[in-house]
Amino acid sequence: MSNSSTSDLLKPFKLKTKQQELLIRVSILCLVYILAFITRLFSVLRYESMIHEFDPYFNYRTTLYLTQHGFYDFWNWFDYESWYPLGRIVGGTLYPGLMVTAALIYRLLHFLRFAVHIREVCVLTAPFFASNTTLVAYFFGKEIWDSGAGLVAAILIAVCPGYISRSVAGSYDNEGVAIFALLFTFYLFVKAVNTGSLAWGLASAFGYFYMVSAWGGYVFIINLIPLYVLVLLITGRYSMRLYVAYNCMYILGMLLAMQIRFVGFQHVQSGEHMAAMGVFFLMQVFYFLDWVKHMLSDTKLFQEFLRITVTCAIAAGGIALGVGMASGYISPWTGRFYSLLDPTYAKDHIPIIASVSEHQPTAWSSFMFDFHILLFLFPAGLYFCFKRLSDATIFIVMYGLTSMYFAGVMVRLILVATPAVCLISAIAVSATVKNLTVLLRSKNKVAQIGSTKGTSSAKASSKASLDQSQPFQKNGAMALLFGAFYLLSRYATHCTWVTSEAYSSPSIVLAARGAHGNRVIFDDYREAYFWLWQNTPPDAKVMSWWDYGYQITAMGNRTVIVDNNTWNNTHIATVGRAMSSYEDEAYEIIRSLDVDYVLVVFGGVTGYSSDDINKFLWMVRIGGGVFPVIKEPDYLVNGEYRIDKGAAPKMLNCLMYKLSYYRFGEMMTEYGKPPGYDRARGVEIGNKNIKLEHLEEAFTTSNWIVRIYKVKPPNNRW
Amino acid sequence: MARTSSSKENAQALFHSLRSAYAATPVNLKIIDLYVGFAVFTALIQVLSLIFRNPFSLPHFYYLEDPQVVYMASVGSFPFNSFLSGVLSCVGTAVLAVCLRIQVNKENKEFKDLPPERAFADFVLCNLVLHLVIMNFLG
Repeated sequence: MSNSSTSDLLKPFKLKTKQQELLIRVSILCLVYILAFITRLFSVLRYESMIHEFDPYFNYRTTLYLTQHGFYDFWNWFDYESWYPLGRIVGGTLYPGLMVTAALIYRLLHFLRFAVHIREVCVLTAPFFASNTTLVAYFFGKEIWDSGAGLVAAILIAVCPGYISRSVAGSYDNEGVAIFALLFTFYLFVKAVNTGSLAWGLASAFGYFYMVSAWGGYVFIINLIPLYVLVLLITGRYSMRLYVAYNCMYILGMLLAMQIRFVGFQHVQSGEHMAAMGVFFLMQVFYFLDWVKHMLSDTKLFQEFLRITVTCAIAAGGIALGVGMASGYISPWTGRFYSLLDPTYAKDHIPIIASVSEHQPTAWSSFMFDFHILLFLFPAGLYFCFKRLSDATIFIVMYGLTSMYFAGVMVRLILVATPAVCLISAIAVSATVKNLTVLLRSKNKVAQIGSTKGTSSAKASSKASLDQSQPFQKNGAMALLFGAFYLLSRYATHCTWVTSEAYSSPSIVLAARGAHGNRVIFDDYREAYFWLWQNTPPDAKVMSWWDYGYQITAMGNRTVIVDNNTWNNTHIATVGRAMSSYEDEAYEIIRSLDVDYVLVVFGGVTGYSSDDINKFLWMVRIGGGVFPVIKEPDYLVNGEYRIDKGAAPKMLNCLMYKLSYYRFGEMMTEYGKPPGYDRARGVEIGNKNIKLEHLEEAFTTSNWIVRIYKVKPPNNRW
Repeated sequence: MARTSSSKENAQALFHSLRSAYAATPVNLKIIDLYVGFAVFTALIQVLSLIFRNPFSLPHFYYLEDPQVVYMASVGSFPFNSFLSGVLSCVGTAVLAVCLRIQVNKENKEFKDLPPERAFADFVLCNLVLHLVIMNFLG
């Protein structure tokens, strides 16, 4: 009696297997979504909710402008507060996707009566989109392999350090949104190729449009997809679905992409986009020939026709390409992307690109740091993909291989490789775990079949014999499963540790351990910018190295001479020349630029090693690249860069040296060392009696990290 | 002599067999083909009309013989966004119509589950988006 009543009670809760599976999947995805968000919140919990680094400050400032002035003013904005006296056409030189996204989220939240500040929205945009990326990874994995692989892909990409590095809370940069757009576009395209539907092709065109609006890395998409189409055409795996998908995406995507002012007409004029156009025309010819072949029954005639058409097509294409490139109408590959193909190009020709630390080639330690076990799961996944080749797996294999090549060339591009590596590794994990669990379950089933059926079939007998020949198969499978789960748990631990230690520092606020192990916070940057904001006239112009330009305009709200956009090399070289000249020559340059304040970053007191003295040689190189009067050997002694007594005389008297070490000669920085001991370089400085003639010290922050000097007006004539 | 005549015969035989094979296609597909042909023809006219603008009616200035000037005068396409939107709208509708033809053609086994109404609806939607973007791009 009670039995039936309890079973009656439990009846509504008893789920069928399919429903149970659905429940498990949905709950896993929800947990992964939340996990991806909260693992990126370390810096918000430790410091405060602020924007990190340099580039995000520009994005924050433009988003602020967008929310305050509306889209039309934003789209047509001319910024006169940066690159004085040139100004910058902001509306036409940025990728608006990130700002528009954040502004839309802000509007939505305000519509729902959550009165948040735009800065909070900006800080948390990247983690939000990282969570969305895990969902896209699930659907993509489901498309390529099965839902199990999708789930593993979602969890792998939720915590992978390669992605976390550019999408922590506070890192309000294009990549945070762009990786979501990249994976989304690829998923929609693979779906379009698999279904052959125009609707999915249209969706992938919109995905591509979002990607173009978000990041300059869209060039990867517009080259990978034609390459994929080419591979399918060559290997004979083409189909009508491919035609529909690629053409719809290419034409509509190209048209939509040209609406972004920054991209403009590059899709028809730039060498980097010509592969897509070439494949488009090739496809038309290819499918036309296919259609003619289908209509003609006689193969000999068709061969003739084929010969004529192919020669005409190749001739026409060759002529068009040749004329285009020779007349300069089709521009060659720009420096940024050419240096991916030839990594030594930037060092010799474009020092600004070579000087960025993220553009250096990747070391193995970086790979291990950012990928951990995915490094060896990647080849395993490639093996599984090759075992079951389909349109979708060919795509993910190509994406993985090309992105890994580029990740090897430039550290920054590990980010682009991360989704591919996670997906392929997920295939490996899912397939392995599936095989092992099948092994675990199969022996019981075969034993049952063997016992119930009197005369066993050949299959069952062979299976039974197989099982009997490997008596510890079940135990081996169990051990391997435990090993796999152990590895995955180590991966999760490693990723959380990496996120906590390496990728959660705001860069604008520095932390260190004091003498007694307590945490010491250096908030000098914001102190200096706040001082600038409050103690200088509103139209003051500040000269500093280009690294700090965005932060000065965003937080200090003052006009700067050069900033991180680095679009005008000569202007930067002028600043570099001023910093590396003697004070008199520098004063002339400073006066010609109407500068009121000069800002330098100095790490000698705290041991902060990313200061201007360590970047000084790049200033010399960039300045010397445009003004031959600045020669790098003048600042070196026997090819060595020194700032102590044995340093070159030009080094000891240049403006940067004077501004960094003014009054530093009397400073005791470390116990037991002489005064004027530079903790970042580890030596005692050479020139301690520094007198400034044309500049005077205006402000030095509490830990001497940022030093601001006021430019004195010229002396009265007698 | 024999070579050219045999190739001429080949060309004629090719032409005839193509014609007879094409006559066998259903009427609705032929309509779509007509539309595609018209769109491609319009695109070609737009491109060629820019290349073959008449420079001969201009008076005889010496600087016109400068190759740079000659090039710019002949292939001038100001404003470029309007030219591009014109060409791309023609190419776009041609391509979308070909996609429709592929999806509606009963001989394609990959699309036998796709109802033709759905194919047409997709075609209309994509054309709508195409022309909205073209109108924005036209300037």
